[in-house]
Amino acid sequence: MATTRHKTVLDRQTIAMRCAKEFQDGWIVNLGVGIPTLCSDFVPEDRFVIFHSENGVIGYGPLATKENLDLHLVNAGVQHVTLRPFASIVHHADAFGIIRSGRIDVSVLGSYQVAENGDFANWKVAGKRGGGIGGAMDLAACAKRVFIIMEHTTREGEPRLLKRCTLPITAPGVAKMVFTDLGVFEFGPQGFILKEIAPGWLPEEVQSLTGATLQIDSHLTEVTL
Amino acid sequence: MLSKVYPSMDAAVADIPDGSSIMFGGFGPGTPYNLTAALCRHNAKDLVCIANGPGGQRPGQSPYDMSYLIKARRVRKVMCAFTASPHPSRETPFTELYEKGEIEAELIPQGTLAERIRAGGAGIPAFYTPASVGTELAQGKEHRIFNGRTYVLENALTADYAFVRAWKADTFGNLIFRRSQRNFNPLMATAARCTIAEVEQPLVEVGTLDPDQVHTSGIFVHRIVHIPPPPEGIPNTPFNM
Repeated sequence: MATTRHKTVLDRQTIAMRCAKEFQDGWIVNLGVGIPTLCSDFVPEDRFVIFHSENGVIGYGPLATKENLDLHLVNAGVQHVTLRPFASIVHHADAFGIIRSGRIDVSVLGSYQVAENGDFANWKVAGKRGGGIGGAMDLAACAKRVFIIMEHTTREGEPRLLKRCTLPITAPGVAKMVFTDLGVFEFGPQGFILKEIAPGWLPEEVQSLTGATLQIDSHLTEVTL
Repeated sequence: MLSKVYPSMDAAVADIPDGSSIMFGGFGPGTPYNLTAALCRHNAKDLVCIANGPGGQRPGQSPYDMSYLIKARRVRKVMCAFTASPHPSRETPFTELYEKGEIEAELIPQGTLAERIRAGGAGIPAFYTPASVGTELAQGKEHRIFNGRTYVLENALTADYAFVRAWKADTFGNLIFRRSQRNFNPLMATAARCTIAEVEQPLVEVGTLDPDQVHTSGIFVHRIVHIPPPPEGIPNTPFNM
């Protein structure tokens, strides 16, 4: 093609919006810190979604404003939130009982790396002794499905979608969908499947920024919101 | 029966000996800042501190959380769901010591931490959970398959002391928490040999709280202190000292 292509990487809101489109009516959803928290702003209007927070807030709503701020009320990201009319509060062990018993329909998590076998790594960076697990291992092991939202490459341009994770993993083989600034990915027997692609990008360009072989879906479309 | 009501935070922590294990409730709201501040003024050392995180997330503006004890080198070991700083560009008092190997830590998935404490308070010695299976945290732990799924064995956790923060209490120690202040507090209250509660509202006489509304029975609570009003000019918020 002789025409100039306008390549766009998706911003954080757009990635969150695309991910939230997957939430089905009646789902209980847990959002991890970072880009995943933004998903709560983009639930399709025709769907009723219950947001669960590890600290026991079941049914939280939008972030609080100056007018409705309640200092006793935060979500798992320690953001001040509001309550929906159906909300309830439980203690930490019950909040994780909800997770462990498989009642979370989707756990949306940020990650450093995700591998073509569905492993992902989001709690420890190279060169540090410490790690930040929070509720990620409980959610990853027990949610009905795990969606990963992340930037496609590191700030240095290194791929984050890999054949195998090089960082210690959070759970083996559980990632079901990956949403990045370059596209939407699912998993098949041969690894990552590119399902949707950012506007103006060619599959071979996304491939060149990916550390595993991409299968290109026969119905590949531009990312649709 | 001896009164459980203590006149001050300092009096409530005065006899805590060196080497004690202490659980700290809180997840933002519900953090026992006043008892922690009193423990900082006290001189107990070689402490084992159990909490969601080691504190110090907001440098310069964190109220008294575990990070102050860590900074004062009074903590031998932490047991937490976070042993990294919340942002790689920012160190906390804990990560500064931990990365140099000057403090011990056990990193525990948050749900496993909560359940270990619940089990400790419920007389359950250990339990199986699928969290962490297939990760380096499960290495060396007993694995067992139930109904085709693999689980790891985790041991119950108890402590010498629990510091909790409640919204309301009566003089028997019945506690009511408000909103997400509840978090780990009711669990930790059951899992310690001595539970100390700091309470936001003025303590009320027994018979005042509706028994159906009590979150933590006073039988789990040994010492109660009302949080004194904040200094003039400072609004009375859950984050106040």
